[in-house]
Amino acid sequence: MGDNTIAAGDNVIAEKYIARSSAIAARLIGGEMMIMSAVDSTFFTLNEVATVIWQAADGRTPLSDIVTNRICPEFEVDTEQAGRDAEQFVSDLSQHGILVVSEKPITSASPSEAA
Amino acid sequence: MSLLAEMNQKALGLGIPISVHLDITYRCNERCVHCYLDHDDHGEMTTAEIKDILDQLSDAGVFFLTLSGGEVLMRRDFFEIVEHARRLLFNVKVKTNGVMIREPQARRIRELGVEQIQISVYSHRPEIHDAITKLPGSLKRTVEAIRFLKSQGLKVVIANVLMAGNFFDNAGVMELAKELGVAYTLDPTITPKMDGDTSILALRIPGSELKQVFRTEELVGDVEEFCAPPPAPGEDIMDGLPCSAGHTACYISPYGDVFPCVQFPLPSGNLRRQRFADIWQNSSQLKEVRSIRARDLPTCSTCAHVGTCTRCPGLAYMEGNMRGPSTADCEKSFQRTGIPSANMLSRLRASVSGPLIQIQSMA
Repeated sequence: MGDNTIAAGDNVIAEKYIARSSAIAARLIGGEMMIMSAVDSTFFTLNEVATVIWQAADGRTPLSDIVTNRICPEFEVDTEQAGRDAEQFVSDLSQHGILVVSEKPITSASPSEAA
Repeated sequence: MSLLAEMNQKALGLGIPISVHLDITYRCNERCVHCYLDHDDHGEMTTAEIKDILDQLSDAGVFFLTLSGGEVLMRRDFFEIVEHARRLLFNVKVKTNGVMIREPQARRIRELGVEQIQISVYSHRPEIHDAITKLPGSLKRTVEAIRFLKSQGLKVVIANVLMAGNFFDNAGVMELAKELGVAYTLDPTITPKMDGDTSILALRIPGSELKQVFRTEELVGDVEEFCAPPPAPGEDIMDGLPCSAGHTACYISPYGDVFPCVQFPLPSGNLRRQRFADIWQNSSQLKEVRSIRARDLPTCSTCAHVGTCTRCPGLAYMEGNMRGPSTADCEKSFQRTGIPSANMLSRLRASVSGPLIQIQSMA
């Protein structure tokens, strides 16, 4: 992972690092993560899988590692499918400013280590 | 059902206090004529105590945190408190009069990710607003603060409390809110002082004015729908909860006292002596508040308005019985629909139950 790329079939795509935005509020309520953007007051709830990705979004762990080491073993899903779902989830939340995405490790995006 | 309503429902089922209103001080730089607080400092919590409470609230599952006062910026550690709250990922709303907010404070509030700032404005005219706050120049300072906050892209809401001295100015304040590009809310509720003194209730606006407010489309939306007679209540209404106080919400004073709501001064525990979770789960007062259903309200359960009334159990408590009616809300229901409440009818019956003609001897 040193060159920040991962292989996906014949393509080489950039590795992603994700971090929680500092402009959100979040709390785990009965196993479900509720999140609200302080920017536009958009409200989200995350399912269990998304919650795991969210909690692992420390800016240092590559998304592919989160998928391989956290999602796949915990939820017994295949890596390819989990990877696609994770990419979609990260893309959706980053569009709302909930997650910060970078091709390099992120040092300061979140005011907290975990919700 | 919206996502937010779903989460509220979930919190209710799990017994989670999803919203907490924390007054960090009762000190204030204004002396509003309708204020229910004693502004002297009787030993408010230290920074460390407040941070510890925030940690406990986060552990208990609190999501919405309202920081209010008094005037929050009277505390020198205000930003340290907000910073700690945001580190714990609370959704933070701040209530302030804005007088101490200039550009640097507005910038800091934005940097900390405060979701909303609610600012009290009583009139668009300085002579009226300043007479209510008893602070000369306060409207000017407050409006400047709103502009500073807006320039940072923050969400600001003007809260317009209506009372005898300013009810004729609500349209002007609404216009001011539009001009400033901020939201506007109106509240005609004047509550007794926390020590039980009811003298400030004389400031409540007359019913005829309330009726006019309820017929203002800009405030209530569809007037016909808003003022429609109440539908017959079903079983779900009778089994319903009066409000969120003590169920998914509570209030904490600057001295660590816990109450079901800021408008419900039923002492339920103190955070200097007990952990928050202990009070929330075991307080006999909170348990009693939670046990009450609409069908348990002796007068209100027989009232046509039982399903639509904004009855505040805290105001009822201040009138002497948390299961009784809140006469201010009876008045609102009446002025909204033209249909008297069960409480009003029973008072009327009581007042005419004596002899209709009293004959006294001339001797």
